[in-house]
Amino acid sequence: MPEQKLTGAQIVIKALKDQGVDIIFGYPGGAVLPIYDAIFQQNDIKHILVRHEQAAVHAAEGYARSTGKVGCVLVTSGPGATNAVTGLLDALCDSIPLVCLSGQVPTHLIGNDAFQEADTTGITRPCTKHNYLVKDVNQLARTMHEAFYVARSGRPGPVLVDIPKDVQFADGTYIPPTEVKHKTYRPQVKPEIARVEEAIELIATAKRPIFYTGGGVVNAGPIAAKLLTQFVKMTGFPITSTLMGLGAFPASDPQWLGMLGMHGTYEANLAMYNCDVMINIGARFDDRVTGKLSEFAPGSKKIHVDIDPSSINKNVAVDIPIVGDAGAVLEDMIRIWKARQKRADQTALKEWWGQVEGWRARNCLNYNRTEAVIKPQYALERLREALRGKNHYVTTEVGQHQMWAAQFLPFDEPNRWMTSGGLGTMGYGLPAAIGAQIAHPDAIVVDVSGEASFLMNMQEIGTAVQYRAPVKIFILNNKYMGMVRQWQELLHGSRYSNSYSEALPDFVKLAESWGCVGLRATTVAEVDEVIEKMLAVTDRPCIVDIAVDPKENCFPMIPGGKAHNEILFGPEDSPSDATPEDGMVLV
Amino acid sequence: MEEKIEKHTIAVLVDNEPGVLARVIGLFSGRGYNIESLTVAEVNNADHLSRITLVTSGTRMVVEQIKAQLDRLVPVHKVHDLTDEGPSVERELALVKVAGTGERRIEALRLADIFKAKVVDATLTSFVFELTGTTAEVDDFVGLMSHLGLVEASRTGVVAMSKGATGF
Repeated sequence: MPEQKLTGAQIVIKALKDQGVDIIFGYPGGAVLPIYDAIFQQNDIKHILVRHEQAAVHAAEGYARSTGKVGCVLVTSGPGATNAVTGLLDALCDSIPLVCLSGQVPTHLIGNDAFQEADTTGITRPCTKHNYLVKDVNQLARTMHEAFYVARSGRPGPVLVDIPKDVQFADGTYIPPTEVKHKTYRPQVKPEIARVEEAIELIATAKRPIFYTGGGVVNAGPIAAKLLTQFVKMTGFPITSTLMGLGAFPASDPQWLGMLGMHGTYEANLAMYNCDVMINIGARFDDRVTGKLSEFAPGSKKIHVDIDPSSINKNVAVDIPIVGDAGAVLEDMIRIWKARQKRADQTALKEWWGQVEGWRARNCLNYNRTEAVIKPQYALERLREALRGKNHYVTTEVGQHQMWAAQFLPFDEPNRWMTSGGLGTMGYGLPAAIGAQIAHPDAIVVDVSGEASFLMNMQEIGTAVQYRAPVKIFILNNKYMGMVRQWQELLHGSRYSNSYSEALPDFVKLAESWGCVGLRATTVAEVDEVIEKMLAVTDRPCIVDIAVDPKENCFPMIPGGKAHNEILFGPEDSPSDATPEDGMVLV
Repeated sequence: MEEKIEKHTIAVLVDNEPGVLARVIGLFSGRGYNIESLTVAEVNNADHLSRITLVTSGTRMVVEQIKAQLDRLVPVHKVHDLTDEGPSVERELALVKVAGTGERRIEALRLADIFKAKVVDATLTSFVFELTGTTAEVDDFVGLMSHLGLVEASRTGVVAMSKGATGF
């Protein structure tokens, strides 16, 4: 019997199905019409039509981050692919597994400056974990399967497959995923046991230990988060986490110190500064976390667990590097800790906790509570209370509201929190919320937003309406690009150059024009009522415009170029000596 | 304290596929690493493998980072730091064009003989020499020729291999 031939477009669909894809986010165009035709003729994969390709990628990120699966995107050639670039880099920075399929002009036109032609693999090379241009239909199935394998293995990331239109039409042979083995890519998942043993010995002798965990724990899956919680409870050590790692350890636990870094808590940052043993699991010593490198946790021994060897000793030299998956390493750590009957130094630990509690008593997240104006922190505190115990997911845009959300919202489970950490992409939150809502139709999905970020991808309200995704857009409207304004106030003599949100729309009417629910709170008394009404909407998106204090700044803050023990607590700290000249050039 | 800058020769075995060199070069330009020399050619036709030899310099931490970054590129099979991994041989090939007549021409030919350079093209007024040697030897030869009518030099960059019986 002759082998069954499929068209390239049919091969794409079959490969997606075999890879377990049920949702694909995309936008059609000339160079992907054959694939769209194949999508039309099947029912297994649901296509979500976005309004802009950047949003397709962010939606796939929200889908991927909230499910642990590989997100999937389909865009056309040229502008379709270039619009996707920001999303791809966002996913690369935050290690989100994605496969992005892009159409390309027919192979015989490549290089001819054809209509809607772009050198997509060239443009996306530094924005993806890997990419492919498929010129032979018989390589298409293999390439698709490889793309999924690369996207989800090791440190996850976005992979792009560029498919010329003639390849989509051509007949070729399909091969299933089981027959594809990657030639070179074998990331190390299991750690070197000797290194783990070394780490355990160091952990057991620690006097002032701290766990510093990151997105790697979330990426390693819910089991890794459980193992982390188990190990942290076994040791009794304090734990802090990066923005990307929130939720891996329950924030309601007394051992939790809150987020660390530039807008992290006083107790987390001072515990990092004063620790003698740092156990970094799945974080990458990002500059938002370390502050001034030469004064980062001076005098500490550092253990660094990371699946990406290039993350180790990149910014900060560590004493015990462990390459491996966070879950696999934690499993070994727990096993060896138990087998060697280790116990933390209780006397030292008690003293250390005493110090930590002293810092915690500073109550660094406190703000000036007032009835006169809605403080953004207050709005988020009320949102936190309203979400407590409910099945919910939170996304954010980028800026002050993002940091406040990280400080004030509850994070008790992994995969519930989606934010643009590495790239800091304004406009991420709404499409990511749509992606998360489509993956979890019955959950509450809130995009904590600012009015400026919201405008960057607000066209996606159309997508949410079309697919009846009842996302809640919770806009903390201070009429400024708040974080830009805050930096201008602290570093640039309060010269608010272009950071005022001029000519804003009426967000309530905007919502209504799309057939959504629009709500507004302008007084403290209205906040609870508006949140309650917002949560009651379950059949369509809801835009909430909270008129917050336009002058509020996000504290605590470690200004750029400063160390963890040089923290600004609030407006009473003089901004004039906040930042040295060399810190000003940092971002 | 300023950390010492080290020079390293790194051999990388990669799949010979479109874009692989761009990935390597993009890594160096994107992350601000130095490339002092880079050569690439297919070494295994059956498996479509190419070997890249690159010479780079940086602090120990940067060199380690370069190797880790190279190793995580998907089409990379192996990364070897020949400078770290025991003795190795390094060679490069140069073509050197020298124009002149009379005593200068004779002196150029005499020096070429000392350096064991071959004459691969000769006219009444010029030579093209082919020289194989270490980077330092090629530097020396080109330096001498600059006094004797050097027109141009073309160099391959370093190829290198570890000494002894074991291979890549």
